[in-house]
Amino acid sequence: MSFVQYLISGLSLGSVYALIALGYTMVYGIAKMLNFAHGDVIMIGAFTTYTVCSTMGLPTAAGVLAAAVLCTLLGVCIEKVAYKPLRKAASPLAVLITAIGVSYLLQNIALLIFGTNTKAFASVVSLDAIKLADGQITFTGETIVTIIACIVIMAGLMLFIKKTKAGQAMLAVSEDKGAAQLMGINVNGTIALTFAIGSALAAIAGVLLCSSYPSLNPYTGSMPGIKAFVAAVFGGIGSIPGAFIGGILLGIIEIFAKAYISSQMADAIVFAILIVILLIRPTGLFGRNIQEKV
Amino acid sequence: MRMMAAKIKSNKVLRSNLITFGMVIGVYIIVQILVAAGAVSSLVRGLLVPLCTYAILAVSLNLTVGILGELSLGHAGFMCIGAFSSAFFSKCMQDVIPIAGIRFTIAILIGALTAGVFGLLIGIPVLRLKGDYLAIVTLAFGEIAKNIINMLYVGIDESGIHFSTRNSLELNLSGNGVVIIQGAQGITGTPNDSSFTVGILLLLITLVVILNLIHSRDGRAIMAIRDNTIAAESVGINITKYKLMAFSISASFAGVAGVLYAHNLSSLSATSKNFGYNMSIMILVFVVLGGIGNIRGSIIAAVVLTLLPELLRGLNDYRMLIYAVVLIAMMLFNWAPSCIRWREKIVYKLKSGKKHTKGAE
Repeated sequence: MSFVQYLISGLSLGSVYALIALGYTMVYGIAKMLNFAHGDVIMIGAFTTYTVCSTMGLPTAAGVLAAAVLCTLLGVCIEKVAYKPLRKAASPLAVLITAIGVSYLLQNIALLIFGTNTKAFASVVSLDAIKLADGQITFTGETIVTIIACIVIMAGLMLFIKKTKAGQAMLAVSEDKGAAQLMGINVNGTIALTFAIGSALAAIAGVLLCSSYPSLNPYTGSMPGIKAFVAAVFGGIGSIPGAFIGGILLGIIEIFAKAYISSQMADAIVFAILIVILLIRPTGLFGRNIQEKV
Repeated sequence: MRMMAAKIKSNKVLRSNLITFGMVIGVYIIVQILVAAGAVSSLVRGLLVPLCTYAILAVSLNLTVGILGELSLGHAGFMCIGAFSSAFFSKCMQDVIPIAGIRFTIAILIGALTAGVFGLLIGIPVLRLKGDYLAIVTLAFGEIAKNIINMLYVGIDESGIHFSTRNSLELNLSGNGVVIIQGAQGITGTPNDSSFTVGILLLLITLVVILNLIHSRDGRAIMAIRDNTIAAESVGINITKYKLMAFSISASFAGVAGVLYAHNLSSLSATSKNFGYNMSIMILVFVVLGGIGNIRGSIIAAVVLTLLPELLRGLNDYRMLIYAVVLIAMMLFNWAPSCIRWREKIVYKLKSGKKHTKGAE
């Protein structure tokens, strides 16, 4: 394969990471917690589409819609039951450990329902591949749809945050919860809304992830989830364009590492990048520096 | 007066420590009697060494999570490093040092030292981070350690040790050279030096070191950092030093657990099941169920959560599900402010109820 073809597969993988990272970064920016379960919400979304489309034989649109609705509900429920009671806990570890528990719970529920066997996920994209330069360079339909979806969603999110009241409320809550509450903003509602949007994005990311890489099992979401977090940190956590660019860069780096260094080492390289970024520039590419106050 | 208060407090600590040691030794004696009487099934007998491994892991992770107050998700990575370094040593020295006792003692020291050094190396840059970031970086470290070991080929012949990252042919070994670490296949034929007695001894050593550390001046400094970093710094506590101390000691005991694990199996390979993220989470579940910061609880939780699913066959399918539910429920029960208030209310009601009955008498 040529350099350009690697670049394109990097873009394709990167846009999936970017989609997942958008959800991560929103939740982190507002609830100030690392939602470990985000990757597993992706998996649940993909399984929902699989069940609706492949098992029940309904049209693709219904499958994607069902996944988005179910994941939104799931995200809000998780927030209500597991995270909200711990928001004011004495130790910041409490909510982190609970998030790990939720991630584990989702994986094991999926394991009990669907079993360990990897399922072949039928792609939801019916677009033909575009071939350039006499078939040397191929954009698959999945790549095109993922990249477009990612850009549209990012633009939509930025508009939503800039132009709507709910979006402004999100900004305010991420700045200062107490002050936002005094200004009459419904903090709990805003955080729930953030989780709802983040989880809906996760559902779409899951469907697109499994369309590009069509193997689906209960652990499908966990690795991309963690890598998307790396992407979110890379771009600067809390920043929406940062998540997009971080995701794309990470995808390209991973594919290049697989192609030119070693396929076994690709994961290790991605994680090494995380460590290096956190040491050199903990706020990421687009993050803001926050001074610690006594 | 103050000296007396200190003495009473140290007596309390001593008693609590003695209960912990007594519990471990008591269980050891009971199990030995049961084994001698033939009342222990082979299934449970096979679990005895893993139980010690898990208990050591849980106690050492509790030092990081409970005492230092930082979440490490790479504990299995340190265990992996300890396991492989010591198994490598034992395999090399199998013929040179024929006495199992001496060889295994050195292997344990090597495992602990290697894991400890890695803990230090990783700790220096990483402990500048806090909370979520630290957790995800330790997770990343664990995955990197597992990945690197999976692609490592090491062989030995007259001219020394050979390394490769591709395959065993590239090692260029001479005719009587031996390949010791075979990439993803790992190490096979490690001498089987672990036993329940050794495991219990190692657990006791772990307990002595960690309990003494917790109740020493250094331990109090570490807890001060946990409770308020800025306040601790302002009274002159060297944050980096104490964080590193706790982190590397915790890592080296994870290495010891790895040694015990490696010498209990004839073939050792780094899979995501034994040294991956899932293992780190499992250890975390033990710590959380036993009580964060409660060393004795960690041991009990490790034993209960390992034995229960094995003994109740039907539960084995739901094992991970139970772990997940335990994790969430325990965190909510112990840490949610509303839950704590509700518990306090009930305790108050019970206490005042008792007083009333006393008053009536």
